[in-house]
Amino acid sequence: MKRVEVNTVPDANGHFGVYGGRYVAETLMPALIEVEKAYRAAQADPAFELEFRGLLKHYVGRPSPLYFAPRLTEAFGGAKIYLKREDLNHTGAHKVNNTLGQAILARRMGKKKLMAETGAGQHGVATATVAARFGMECDVYMGEEDIRRQAPNVKRMNLLGARVIPVTSGTKTLKDAMSEALREWVAAVDTTFYVIGTVAGPHPYPVMVRDFQSVIGIEAREQFIELENRLPEMVIACVGGGSNAAGLFYPFLNDAGVKMVGVEAAGHGIATGQHAASIEAGRPGILHGSKSYVLQDAEGQILNAHSISAGLDYPGVGPEHALWADLKRVEYSGITDAEAVAAFHELSLMEGIIPALESSHALAEARKRARTVGKGGAIVVCLSGRGDKDLESVLEYDARVKT
Amino acid sequence: MSRIEETFKRLSKGNRKALVGFLVAGDPDLERSERDCRMALENGVDVLELGVPFSDPTADGPVIQAAGQRSLAAGTTVAKVLTLAKRLRRECEAPIVLFGYVNPFFNYGYEKLANDAAAAGVDAFLVVDMPFEESGEFRVHLDAVGLDFISLIAPTTPDARLGKILKEARGFVYYIMVKGVTGARAGVAEDVAGHLVRLKKHTRLPVAAGFGVSNGDQAREAARHADGVVVGSALVRAAGENRLAFLVKEIRQALDCQEK
Repeated sequence: MKRVEVNTVPDANGHFGVYGGRYVAETLMPALIEVEKAYRAAQADPAFELEFRGLLKHYVGRPSPLYFAPRLTEAFGGAKIYLKREDLNHTGAHKVNNTLGQAILARRMGKKKLMAETGAGQHGVATATVAARFGMECDVYMGEEDIRRQAPNVKRMNLLGARVIPVTSGTKTLKDAMSEALREWVAAVDTTFYVIGTVAGPHPYPVMVRDFQSVIGIEAREQFIELENRLPEMVIACVGGGSNAAGLFYPFLNDAGVKMVGVEAAGHGIATGQHAASIEAGRPGILHGSKSYVLQDAEGQILNAHSISAGLDYPGVGPEHALWADLKRVEYSGITDAEAVAAFHELSLMEGIIPALESSHALAEARKRARTVGKGGAIVVCLSGRGDKDLESVLEYDARVKT
Repeated sequence: MSRIEETFKRLSKGNRKALVGFLVAGDPDLERSERDCRMALENGVDVLELGVPFSDPTADGPVIQAAGQRSLAAGTTVAKVLTLAKRLRRECEAPIVLFGYVNPFFNYGYEKLANDAAAAGVDAFLVVDMPFEESGEFRVHLDAVGLDFISLIAPTTPDARLGKILKEARGFVYYIMVKGVTGARAGVAEDVAGHLVRLKKHTRLPVAAGFGVSNGDQAREAARHADGVVVGSALVRAAGENRLAFLVKEIRQALDCQEK
């Protein structure tokens, strides 16, 4: 097989090595090509960059801090733990970096309406937020099960003027919300811009979302160098579709000394089959428009994922992560529901920061790695979102475990 | 001459339009589905599209989604669909097109799938979520065994793209009349005629128009500028309500009466 370099992807048709591409109905192909052209034009236009950077600063509140967590470091007993505080962004998660970029692009393309799928509701809120900011209509597709799990975010989206459309097919979670959003986009493709929330989906979304989220890694790298005058030994981020991880990792790809760890949701444990670890336990396949690692049965039917964290509860992963996994540039591992909930409590008690359950997976991995990296070293963990939305899930979980 | 070519040629000589009928293989189980396919073919379907179920059918409306779920619940696999095709082939010469989503096909292996399908008497594949750009890998193996890869054209497909796709098209061309998922609709989409004329400039292959055709009147209207019509969700629903033969006959009559 031809050696694929991490810096030369994707190709013109959106392939990351053998992964990625555009596996969608013909009806959508022209729209995807149009989005790609508009994105390339925007990238070359300093006015786009200026507006994007300006809003990231004044509207989102960037740069987000890179915070040294002293008590957590002590508790972990090894490497210094730094948290990239995406939870402090406007709307409380990294998702807004991307929705802002896509909304500016949608406006340049003359679209009046945004649509999005959402799992935890963070991407839905972030899309509803920028829709309000730009005076656009917004429809958010959300599985009924997630609507139940993430009630506060549903209320937030409604307050922001978005229509939350319950999806009742399949498992009623993120996978089904994305399928339904693709169906609806086919019908509304002339007027509506589909804001995909992660580095998955058909080209150009994986590359576009990665680029918009790269601000996380660019800042973290600069901030770390400023604080420590060197590079960290390790960076860790959780991976559902993989957008905060792609954003953190991408700017470090050429720093050979920086080890990268992507953390998938191992749910009840990989062996139980109830998890969302597409890379660790899946096989190459095609879901929602691109080829990547996919949880599927022997017949190529997509399996249901499970994670306590709605944002990681997805049976696929972005195609660039699949490439990074094959090239062994990034190591992927799994954290169970129980480990994530423990990390959720630990950060809350140790640092007075309530993390999202998604980010708690990355924290739990950092706990495991801290001693190996050792006292002289440092780990940067992406704290991708805040945990207010997860209080109910965690309390429910704790009550169940106690009884 | 391939079965698809032969069928369209024969119909066109008789000044008739082709009725392309879609049913989900294994809905509600393989036995019933085999009976329904026979019934459809006996009552006027010229080309059979055999739907291969997929867990996440992103281009299908509620009727075909539900049929796919029933079929999967009954244990349908790609291999079993091939067996069904083989059984149908024993007693009919109508072209059989396997219609599905890419992942179960990719999972089966493109080369093995092409070989096994050819051996089963399948004539062509139509892969909804495999656009031109991604089709090369599968096409090579279909070409090797003389199977057609059916190209889809949408109302959104611009001219330049149309030319590129149609240059490589085989068998017949499937024109998607509406921007949306499969399923019944009140009228027939607007400007179908204009799009079909545009399409015909780029290809000599027969064109079948589909999406949203659910009764005889709509079929006649849709067939006016095409060589045939595709009826999917309406047949799937009718099969579930034990009125498949009746609906196929109605559509067949409507199509035939147009030309008299």
